[in-house]
Amino acid sequence: MTRLRLFLGGGITATVLLIAAVSLVWTPYAPTGIDIIHRLAPPSVAHPFGTDPFGRDVLSMIMVGAQNSIAVAAVAVAIGSAIGIPTGLVAAARRGWTEEVLMRGADLTFAFPALLTAVMLTALRGPGAATAMIAIGVFTAPVLARVTRAAAAVIWVQDFARAARALGRGKPAVTLIHILPNIVSVLIVQITIQLSLAVLAEAALSFLGLGAQPPAPSWGRMLNDAQTYIYTAPLLAVFPGMAIALAVLGLNMLGDGLRDVLDAKRRRRK
Amino acid sequence: MTGFLLRRLASLCAALLVASLVVFIVLQILPGDPALVILGPDAQPDTLAALRHQLGLDLPVWLRYLRWAADLLTGDFGRSTAYDTSVASLILQRIGVTLPLAGMAMLLATALGIPLGVWAAHRRGAVDGGIMGVTQIGVAVPDFWLALLLILVFGVHFAWFPTGGFPGWWHGAGASLRALILPTIALAIPQAAILARVTRGAVLDVGVREFLRTARAKGLGEGTILWRHTVPNALIPVITLMGLQFSFLLAGTIIMENVFALPGLGSLLFQAIGQRDLVLVQDLVLLFAAFVIVINFAVDLLNAAIDPRLRGRQA
Repeated sequence: MTRLRLFLGGGITATVLLIAAVSLVWTPYAPTGIDIIHRLAPPSVAHPFGTDPFGRDVLSMIMVGAQNSIAVAAVAVAIGSAIGIPTGLVAAARRGWTEEVLMRGADLTFAFPALLTAVMLTALRGPGAATAMIAIGVFTAPVLARVTRAAAAVIWVQDFARAARALGRGKPAVTLIHILPNIVSVLIVQITIQLSLAVLAEAALSFLGLGAQPPAPSWGRMLNDAQTYIYTAPLLAVFPGMAIALAVLGLNMLGDGLRDVLDAKRRRRK
Repeated sequence: MTGFLLRRLASLCAALLVASLVVFIVLQILPGDPALVILGPDAQPDTLAALRHQLGLDLPVWLRYLRWAADLLTGDFGRSTAYDTSVASLILQRIGVTLPLAGMAMLLATALGIPLGVWAAHRRGAVDGGIMGVTQIGVAVPDFWLALLLILVFGVHFAWFPTGGFPGWWHGAGASLRALILPTIALAIPQAAILARVTRGAVLDVGVREFLRTARAKGLGEGTILWRHTVPNALIPVITLMGLQFSFLLAGTIIMENVFALPGLGSLLFQAIGQRDLVLVQDLVLLFAAFVIVINFAVDLLNAAIDPRLRGRQA
């Protein structure tokens, strides 16, 4: 069961990455290739997922859309990690009021879900993939800050960390040499989970028109377009959603599987 | 308990204050002149200046913040430039959609998620495997896609429910409730899946403790032990998660009101952005953030009421 989740999750994630990579060099049709004669075609051998209102091949659009989801999620989580992990490390090392201020700040950021931040940022700088990345990154940061602080605090009280302090190593050095390597597995698990949340958030934002702008295909916007044609071409609303759900499912299972392997406490419970 | 309550209240006020500062600062960097947006590019310079003065845009930034904050405290939310009416009346009109929607979704998620989680943890085996498998998928499904699928099946195919729109509570409570059913389900299912998984984990974390053995030794039935002893001890992480989920649901109304064309606060915020209605955007974003902050405050109090050990911790 444990390994199954890991392999299934890893397999799905690798497939999504592979599809995105393939779409860089090859898609069945040009994802922006308009073909009005074959608009809203049902699935067929020529177009396995059918065509959209402009006659574009849905399969090709989904393949290219994977690039957008991966890019936005990766950059957003990178932004969140770059802010959150150092914040958590500093909070755990400094304790006292520094910790209090940093963690209260993280709490406060929770009051602005990614959707709300994105709406605010859109008012400032207009919609776009960059806006989505920042908004999701801002929301990812406090989660990673909390997880990092909690994990680091556990290591700080252990003998080897105390010994290093007693031997005269400064807090930054102990953090880098002893704390960080010991919490890497926790961070990898959390980053995987955040990536899946970021894919979901990106889809939601581009569904609202706050993500990548046309003509760049994105799964969320494909669903938004599909709603207009829900009476005439219901299948248009099915395939992009499946792509999102599959990508998220893969990352979630990968994260859970990694946790099972890396975290002994959970393993015992299985 | 009083000391704990006071500390918590102080941090609630501080959080609201900081949130209002964040919202104000972020939105004040907004490029573009609201007066110009309202009057259009052909406006005379003196008319523009007069409107700027009327909107208070000629004042220094800190004074504008203080004015806004002071007005909010006295219940004056300012005027919407796009709708040309008071923001307070707009919020009152729309809140009757958003809060029932988020509230019903939270209720449904709780009613589904907690029993499923407890059941999975209690029975283990095939039941556990099945529930975990289903919730694994539930967590991965985007709520707006679920909404589209529900519209497809129950709105278009069976035509049991409207695919969008809202008649208003005064024009028929039954029809209004029906309009909210599909969005409620779409919002609730993914959250129910998350809640079930966390509940299961929390129940398993309680594990086999001394007090459970005592309960069993004194002859209590398995059901009583589960619901009277195990579940209450698993509640803290579950309630904390529910607080977070409610904030997700509130933000989720922005997207759900968009899908179902519901006239709520979320769609109002979305329109306000398009119309560059600065006052309205500012008030609404703060309102959403304030909801979340107040809910988390309530969660902290609830947790402290359940588990007295939490009261001593630094607030």
